[in-house]
This record gives sequence, C-alpha cells and structure tokens, in this order.
Amino acid sequence: MDTRTTAAYDGNALAGPLSEVFAVEVTTAVGRCRGCGTSSEVATFQVYGPDPGLVGRCPGCENVLLRVVRTPDSLWLDLSGMSALRVLMPANSAAESDE
Amino acid sequence: MGIISRGFRGRRRDSTRQLPPGQYLTKDFPVLSAGPTPRVPLDTWEFAVTTELGDSHRWSWTELMALPAESITVDIHCVTRWSKLDTDWRGVSIDTLLADVETEADFAMVHSYGGYTTNLPLEDLLDGHAWVAYQYDGEDLPSAHGGPARMLVPHLYFWKSAKWVRGIELMLQDSPGFWEQLGYHDYGDPWREQRYQGD
Amino acid sequence: MARAAVSGGLKVRRTWRPAVVLERRRETPSASTLSLDVPGWTGHLAGQHVDIRLTAPDGYQAARSYSLAAPEDGDRIEITVQAVPDGEVSTYLVGDAQSGDSVEVRGPVGGWFVWRPESSGPVLLVAGGSGVVPLMAMIRSRDRVSHAPFRLIYSVREPKDRIYDHELRRRAAEDGGLDVTFVYTRAAPDGETRPVGRISLDDLVSHSWPAEVEPTCYVCGPTGFVEAVADLLIFMGHDPTKIKTERFGPSGP
Repeated sequence: MDTRTTAAYDGNALAGPLSEVFAVEVTTAVGRCRGCGTSSEVATFQVYGPDPGLVGRCPGCENVLLRVVRTPDSLWLDLSGMSALRVLMPANSAAESDE
Repeated sequence: MGIISRGFRGRRRDSTRQLPPGQYLTKDFPVLSAGPTPRVPLDTWEFAVTTELGDSHRWSWTELMALPAESITVDIHCVTRWSKLDTDWRGVSIDTLLADVETEADFAMVHSYGGYTTNLPLEDLLDGHAWVAYQYDGEDLPSAHGGPARMLVPHLYFWKSAKWVRGIELMLQDSPGFWEQLGYHDYGDPWREQRYQGD
Repeated sequence: MARAAVSGGLKVRRTWRPAVVLERRRETPSASTLSLDVPGWTGHLAGQHVDIRLTAPDGYQAARSYSLAAPEDGDRIEITVQAVPDGEVSTYLVGDAQSGDSVEVRGPVGGWFVWRPESSGPVLLVAGGSGVVPLMAMIRSRDRVSHAPFRLIYSVREPKDRIYDHELRRRAAEDGGLDVTFVYTRAAPDGETRPVGRISLDDLVSHSWPAEVEPTCYVCGPTGFVEAVADLLIFMGHDPTKIKTERFGPSGP
C-alpha cells in the first residue's frame, strides 16, 4: 500500500532556504490561501521536496501556496498561491543591521 | 564555491557506462513529488488530447488498454542527478494517441491529476520518443511512481515524464509548466545538461 | 552578546559561514553529536536548526538541516545527526567527520518551533527517533533557569536507539520537574511492562497531561509519527494552537 500521501516536511524546512531572501523570520509569517481562504503559519505548510524544488501547500486544502527553487545563480520564488503573506516585524525596526 | 570538506565525495560516478554529464548511477528508484499522491479510480480515469482549437480526443482506461502497446527498455535521467539504466516499461506510444489528431501546434503541455504540468515541443512526443506508460518492471505502475499511468519521455530529464498523466494540451506557443516557471529548463536535454533556464 | 539578547536569538544569517568540527561523539550505533566552532555565532533558541553544507573537491555540494542539540555556548554549537541509509551527508558526518574538518553552516533558522525559558507554562515534548534532538535542546536550556514542568515521551524502535539515554535518565532522576518516558515500537528492554508498539492514546493519557492543564506541546519526528501524535493530542482536547510540530522527513516503510 502506498502511504506517501502525507507531506514529508513542513514549513520549518523553508526557514533555511528563505533565510537567503527574507531579512526576518519567515516560519512565523502567516499566509492566506488563495484557494480556500484559510490563513496558516508558514511553519504549518505541508512541504514537499527539497528536490527538484520546495513546494509549500495549504494545510487546509492542499493548494500550492509557495514554491522555491535554488539554481546555481538564482533563487526562484513563487508566492502567487497566497493572496497575502503577513510577516511579523519587530516593533523597534531601528534594530541593528545584519553584518 | 563553498569550503571543501575533507573526505566528502558525494555520490560516486559509475565509470563503466556513459552517463550524461553530472549524473550518478542509482540502483533504486527515488520518489520525488510536488504534492500528495493522487488517487485515481480506473473507472473515472481519462486521458484527453486537446488541440489548440479546443477539440478533444478522449480515452477511458478500458479504451487505453485496447490500444496497441509496446514494451520498452530505456535509461532515465533525473535533474536531481540520479540516472537509472535499463528500466523496463510497457505503454502506449504517443504516436498512437496522436495519430488521428489534426493540429498546427508545435508545443505541448502535459497535464497531471493533482495539477502538475510540464511543457515540451510536440515533436519530442512523436516518432517513438514518448509513451503513456502503465507498467514498470513487469508490474502495474505503483501510484508512488505515477500510477495508474504516467508520461514517459526518456530522452529528456525525467521531470518531463509527468506522473499521474491525464492529458496533453496542444499549444501554438510554448508556455512554461510547473517547474519551468520556477527556473527549470524549457527543453531539458540531459546530454547538453539543460537543467535550468539559460543553460 | 547584546545583539543576541535584543533579537531573542531570532537573528537570521543570510549566508553560509565557515565552521570547524571540534569533536564527534557517538550517541547510538547510528547517531553522533558533532560540536562545531562557528566564529561570530550570535546565539540561538532551543528548537532552532541549522543547515550544514558540504563541498566535494570537484565542487559538488550537498546540504541538509539538523536541529541544534544544545543551548547557546559562545561560538560552539552542537548538532546530533542520525545516519540515514545511503545518506550522503549524514553518513559523512556520523562516520567520517573529524576534529579540524571544515563545513559550512547557515542559521540558526526556524523561529516558530522554539521554547523560550521565559515561558513558565507546562511543556509536553513528544519525540519520534531523531526528533528528540530539538526537544533535548529545550530540556537542556531549561536547566537551572526554569521550573516549568516538562514531560518527554520518546518513541524509539529499541533500547539501543535511545539518543541521550544516560543524560535523560540522570536529569529525570535529579529533577522532579522533568519526567521522561520511553516508548518502544520494535523491541523493549527486559522488565518493560508496556507492550511493544507505536505510540497510542494510552501512552499520551498516561504520560502527558490532560487538556485542562493547557501544556504547550512540541512534537517532532518522521511525518507519519508527527501526524499521528498531533491527531491524538487534538482528540484528547488539547488546543491546536498550543501544539507545535516539526516533521523530519518521510516515515519509514
């Protein structure tokens, strides 16, 4: 019996790859699914991959919320499965810059 | 380039048989997926070829099984670098499925149950280059590997061999499919190492 | 270390940085802990992970994620790696990496699946296999700074697979606020009364807390394990918003 209907990973697995383009924590961000309207924390996305790319799906309806591919010279990012992504930003944004 | 880690070699390359550049030989059959495995009951399964004018040609599972089939042995090459040699399949040639289809299209989008898509030139599906495969290694194709039926286009990287195939959409203009939209190559010839856009 | 304090350990490093293996210590027949020196490390929270990248002489690269096993300790971090059959990175790290070897590190990342010592509420930790690693970081970071009641339920195949076995028993014996229960799925030690088998509702009812206690629950391990446990916790009435999960990859056959 094939049991591979459950995503092997979750949005925690997106933290490292997305840390290259997001300046702040992404797993606590909340995305609204364009398909079913459910808002979910990125850490709870059902994630497939990492090869040939990362695909994050809605925990409610399994629609694709985001996709990430790393090529030798680029990171390709598709966020179109979300109608909105809310990224928590610290209140004091005069925080130190990254070195 | 990264810092070299002493003693790390990665996958070893088999040197006795020519592999496309950057590939290694595997004896198992890795399963890669972009989503949950679709469950498609055979009594509702359908394969559809849709032309650029919207005309549809459809086959039920029973009708597919009634078409002449071929047994073939091919090498397959995944863009994630594994290659598997002498894999045995049984399926219906795309030439058979497109025999009565009138089209001016030069391109095709292959569609899968579950929403996956991949694009390629129509001529790469013809002349004995592609099949709708429903048996692997003498057994019914397992769902993890794309069963009940998948596209098989072994001369291109294996992401073009769409699992859980449901149809071909003929297009006048090329349009990128699921991975092609995210940086993978529109054609994908392993021998020219066309992994990514721009290669 | 003012920067680490201000950002709460969630400061994100965007680039791969060099690290040197200090020591490799075997934990079980198939798992080892590596301590690494990462110059300029600015701290992390328990539950976070790093990505480790290896480069071969021909330029081939492979990267994998590993949870941090220990609390902040200057430039020193620890990861515990479970060797995966045919795993090109894990078999190198567990079987080959030596003191003085170089790797690259990205992180720390993952600020959702974290426990902060300032949180005082009870904590339930449910681990499947190598899923115990981030939960051990939480247990270790609780040490001497928090009295939050902690209960760990750790599912393994057989006794030899228990990572941190001695340390967990010692901590549980010395600290009344920490309970540790092992659940065996394939073979149990002599004297074990619980029948061998996968974690069940009974195990959770016996060794966690009722929903009224409102613990924060952290569940980590293979995806099938995590799903099964999360479903059981919800069935028990635990608040889904207080259940945090981290899936480590496909469940075995």
